[in-house]
Amino acid sequence: MALSSASLVILPRCIRWNYGIFGVQFCNQYSTAAHTLRVNQQIKEKRKRALLGGGQSRIDAQHKKGKLTARERVHLLCDPGSFVEYDMLVEHTCSDFGMEKQKYPGDSVITGHGLINGRIAYMFSQDFTVFGGSLSSIHAKKICKIMDQAMLVGAPVIGLNDSGGARIQEGVESLAGYADIFLRNVLSSGVIPQISLIMGPCAGGAVYSPAMTDFTFMVEDTSYLFITGPDVVKSVTNENVTQEELGGAKTHTTTSGVAHKAFHNDVDALLQLRNFLGFLPLSNKDPAPIRICDDPWDRDVPTLDTIIPQESTEAYDMLDVVINVVDERDFFEIMPNYAKNIIIGFGRMNGRTVGIVGNQPKSAAGCLDINSSVKGARFVRFCDAFNIPIITFVDVPGFLPGTGQEHNGIIRHGAKLLYAFAEATVPKITVITRKGYGGAYDVMSSKHLRGDVNYAWPTAEVAVMGAKGATTILFKGKPDVSKYEAEYVEKFGNPFPATVRGFVDDIIEPRTTRWRICQDLDLLSTKNLTNPRKKHGNIPL
Amino acid sequence: MGNIAAIRGACRALENVCNASYGNYRSISVSSSYASTFRIDPFDQNESHFEKILIANRGEIACRVIKTAKEMGIKTVAVYSMVDNNARHVHLADEAVCIGPAVTRESYLNIDHIMEAVTKTGAQAVHPGYGFLSENAVFVEKLEAAGISFIGPSVESINGMGDKLESKRLAQAAGVNTIPGFDGIVKDADHCVQISKSIGYPVMIKASAGGGGKGMRIARNDDDARDGFRLASQEAAASFGDDRILVEKFIDKPRHIEIQVLGDKHGNAIYLNERECSIQRRNQKVIEEAPSTFVDEETRKAMGEQAVSLCKRLGYYSAGTVEFLVDSQHNFYFLEMNTRLQVEHPVTEYITGVDLVHQMIRVAKGHPLLLTQKDIPIKGWAIESRVYSEDPYKNFGLPSIGRLYKYIEPLHIPNVRCDSGIDEGSEISIYYDPMICKLVCYGNTRNEAIDTSLKALDSYVIRGVTHNIPLLRDILTEKKFVNGNISTNYLSEVYPDGFKGRQLSNTDKQHILAIAACVYSKMDIRSYKFLNERPSTAKHKDPSNWALIISLFDEELLCNVKKVGNEFRVQIKTDTIVVEDNINLSSPLIQTNISGKPTVMQLVSKNAYGKLQIVYQGTMFTLTVLSDNASKFLKMMPEKPKVDVSKVVFSPMPGMVKSVSCEVGDTIAEGQEVCVVEAMKMQNSLVVGATGKVKAVNVKAGDTVGEDDVLIEFE
Repeated sequence: MALSSASLVILPRCIRWNYGIFGVQFCNQYSTAAHTLRVNQQIKEKRKRALLGGGQSRIDAQHKKGKLTARERVHLLCDPGSFVEYDMLVEHTCSDFGMEKQKYPGDSVITGHGLINGRIAYMFSQDFTVFGGSLSSIHAKKICKIMDQAMLVGAPVIGLNDSGGARIQEGVESLAGYADIFLRNVLSSGVIPQISLIMGPCAGGAVYSPAMTDFTFMVEDTSYLFITGPDVVKSVTNENVTQEELGGAKTHTTTSGVAHKAFHNDVDALLQLRNFLGFLPLSNKDPAPIRICDDPWDRDVPTLDTIIPQESTEAYDMLDVVINVVDERDFFEIMPNYAKNIIIGFGRMNGRTVGIVGNQPKSAAGCLDINSSVKGARFVRFCDAFNIPIITFVDVPGFLPGTGQEHNGIIRHGAKLLYAFAEATVPKITVITRKGYGGAYDVMSSKHLRGDVNYAWPTAEVAVMGAKGATTILFKGKPDVSKYEAEYVEKFGNPFPATVRGFVDDIIEPRTTRWRICQDLDLLSTKNLTNPRKKHGNIPL
Repeated sequence: MGNIAAIRGACRALENVCNASYGNYRSISVSSSYASTFRIDPFDQNESHFEKILIANRGEIACRVIKTAKEMGIKTVAVYSMVDNNARHVHLADEAVCIGPAVTRESYLNIDHIMEAVTKTGAQAVHPGYGFLSENAVFVEKLEAAGISFIGPSVESINGMGDKLESKRLAQAAGVNTIPGFDGIVKDADHCVQISKSIGYPVMIKASAGGGGKGMRIARNDDDARDGFRLASQEAAASFGDDRILVEKFIDKPRHIEIQVLGDKHGNAIYLNERECSIQRRNQKVIEEAPSTFVDEETRKAMGEQAVSLCKRLGYYSAGTVEFLVDSQHNFYFLEMNTRLQVEHPVTEYITGVDLVHQMIRVAKGHPLLLTQKDIPIKGWAIESRVYSEDPYKNFGLPSIGRLYKYIEPLHIPNVRCDSGIDEGSEISIYYDPMICKLVCYGNTRNEAIDTSLKALDSYVIRGVTHNIPLLRDILTEKKFVNGNISTNYLSEVYPDGFKGRQLSNTDKQHILAIAACVYSKMDIRSYKFLNERPSTAKHKDPSNWALIISLFDEELLCNVKKVGNEFRVQIKTDTIVVEDNINLSSPLIQTNISGKPTVMQLVSKNAYGKLQIVYQGTMFTLTVLSDNASKFLKMMPEKPKVDVSKVVFSPMPGMVKSVSCEVGDTIAEGQEVCVVEAMKMQNSLVVGATGKVKAVNVKAGDTVGEDDVLIEFE
């Protein structure tokens, strides 16, 4: 045995279980040894079965659908050889409906931790080949185990969802399992980053776990999120709708705003997820990560000088501004197809992760409406929770008017963005590229909401409203309103009114924006600001 | 500056002054560098000159003129349209006047606005550049009436050379070879044969009303002439309803060679040798050089003397160009005369050492030419490549527009001159010529000039617009071009199916793959390099080995990469390629050694999922680099069905239709604006996603539309 255990230490993992062959020669006269060997053989067998999930035919079926298996996904997500699996051999506890005869080691989920570009992350990957990835109580316990440990350690949790729903055979046990996960999602919120990647069906109560994680990503054509599927929809409301229309990646990334981004396929999704993790700190106790940067932080960016059109009514692409400011034009946009009038996403400035918020004049003039406010607010709160500085590019003509907006509660929803910016204590740098009109000016990380550094480009104009609207009110009924309009433009169509009052710290040449922000971020890296102690605020939900 | 002293002892002192002042000037912002160019017409500080001139042009030529004017100590005035208010020529000039909106007819072509600018600024003379008003006699008359000098030829010269028939007549009278032909109408087939014989075969029989190649026949003997007349007149009658036929000498595979001339107001005229401009597409020059490989001393002298004779006949002053068609037998025929500074004048400046703008300004002031014919040398070789913002894969170049988010001219290479009027951040708009730069490279020999051009094109960083460097780079290494075997049919002969990009040898391919593998590996190493990470419980080592699957075109190759010290060893099949690791992932240029050989490539874009765009020898290649693992899994992913490009244009938001710029039946190109919707005081330009014919226009200007309303439908 001594020899065998020695070889256990020396031999690499892949052939670790082969030592039994040597063992036989030394130990065959002892019956306990035979037992040990048998056990070893059983362990080997069970592991082998666990690796096969629901069996080869189900694996083939999974592949046929254009999906990788749970294990392949983990394999691709982690640095080679770094995945450490927990509970590989657990089994479900159900004995009804003949379930006691159908057991798969590990049940329908793979859990553990691994490294992503050398950084720790916990993960679970639901295995559709085992009972359709359905959630049994043991399935839930496995997930809860790694979630608990991730909280203890302070590391992100990544969920790869591919599950038909509750394990119906287990009944209420399954529901309890969901709730256990939901609770942990809530307690982890703002402590460790939680990311869901929907890679298959995710329906019913199950959807609320991804819904409470920080980011929900989907895979095009193969993933679905809905409370009830098309059949139930048909029977209840008599609507005819396909899975894809009801809860496919396109629906959730463009219409509902439930998901933050969609990827082409499993491989694309997992590779992009690896990249995405590089932007995030491991927990709320860690600073925003700083990666080695090859892009000179102190360079001028002449292109920025020419992006704002001469006509103040002409649109331009705020993304042009964003990608020319960040390191290497590398910008990970979140929700690129939803509420396009606001841009959110992550970039790096001199290697340090920053969250970027920008009004998009190209879409609906860059106005704030219900969807864009909610989109922006959630992002700002994520950044604030995880120590990621926020850079805001402002060109906002105001909140969108109309019954559609008012009746749906623009007041309540617009307040979310205001609340989020105001409560944020991370470094906040704001650049007004053009318009800062009305209440929307206040909202967009203004000086008044504790903006740390607020710049105006020479094209900036901060005012209560546009010239035409203002003069129509001010000089109602008077002849020659257009004369006053010109006067108004002369007076407010420039950055001076805000500058002379100190509402912006300086008017800067656009080309200097990049290095100024990099400089400010260094300065603000020691910023220490806390909000008054409270159980929690009451954001207008 | 090395060879300045050797040129002309007498000018030495002055020359140094000039170059010094130029060097100084360059540090302000101009990119053209003549630092190593020799000059035989140094600026004479004691010669009287205009105090202030206005340049009635924009872009590179305005910058070019301003540069020389400044060196001469003349104050400069730029004019600009509203969209050009931040343009380089505006910044370079001492003063600048806005002359109207972007549309040229309301700005750069608007004589009244320019006259106003002249009066307002007190400019004594106007340089017109090329294009715009440069050959507009009315403009010249107005200037003269106002007592302002025009830096160009006389009204008579402009008028005389501006008309095709008149210019041919004047040329003939001056003893210049013109294309032999019969000016009258051919009566019948026999008449045609008779005329053809007298002209000498081959001849071109063509419809008087002709155009577009219809009704044109080439005849190489009497029978051809007889048939040609019959067919041509039938075609002409059918196509144009006019069967009148002309006959003229057919020039097979002609070259376009032109003679630069300079005249003064004292009756002197000289020629400054030839420029070879045969590489053209759609009658627009692409690559020009001086001298021509085809012109011998005798022909040069004959062409030059005829050109000078024409000048003398016209009393021509200022710079001008006499264009000739030259056949394979060195026969040359007058085509036309351009009474202005030509785009391609820098190649002449390089080989003769004459600053043509300097001479134009002197001549306009009334000074006599100090140079005589025997002063004009041919020294070395110069090649000009016109870098355009256009897609060379479409019909050898269709304009593209956009903003140059990165722009670096290859001026670090000696003997490179870049005449451009743009800067990083400039927008190439629909309003003006899409030329980005004239890249002029010089060498003692043609091969040297070609080599320098290649290096310069490889290091030329242009991002944000599609440009024609792939084509330029390819021509410069193409065998026929290198051998000087070119004609105006060059492009269609060499690229009969259109330009398809650089064709790669196996070694080329390996080099691209190796660089792609290294870029990916470097990115992978970097993705582990966090500076403020807590000490991790798990240990990791930076990766140093990669098994990568790289796809280029439709081919997939396994590349095994190993990082050893300061180099990457890339194994592709049985070959090992060693790449020195001095690649900076942020730098647009990759300058490294591949297997010991210095190589320049450009890294245009990269992402974390292995999509790379690399420029090699001018052409951009798109590669996908994946770990063998990821690649294996990717193969299991189903192919996505091609997305159906939408056949409708929606309103993206509620608003008012400001304008509709298409009608039912119009063919609309991808990316073309069809409609503008205004909402919240913002104008949203709606463009189509695919080329197609307009089926229905559901709105008109002034309509109110809701979000997602279908505005325009396509077939």
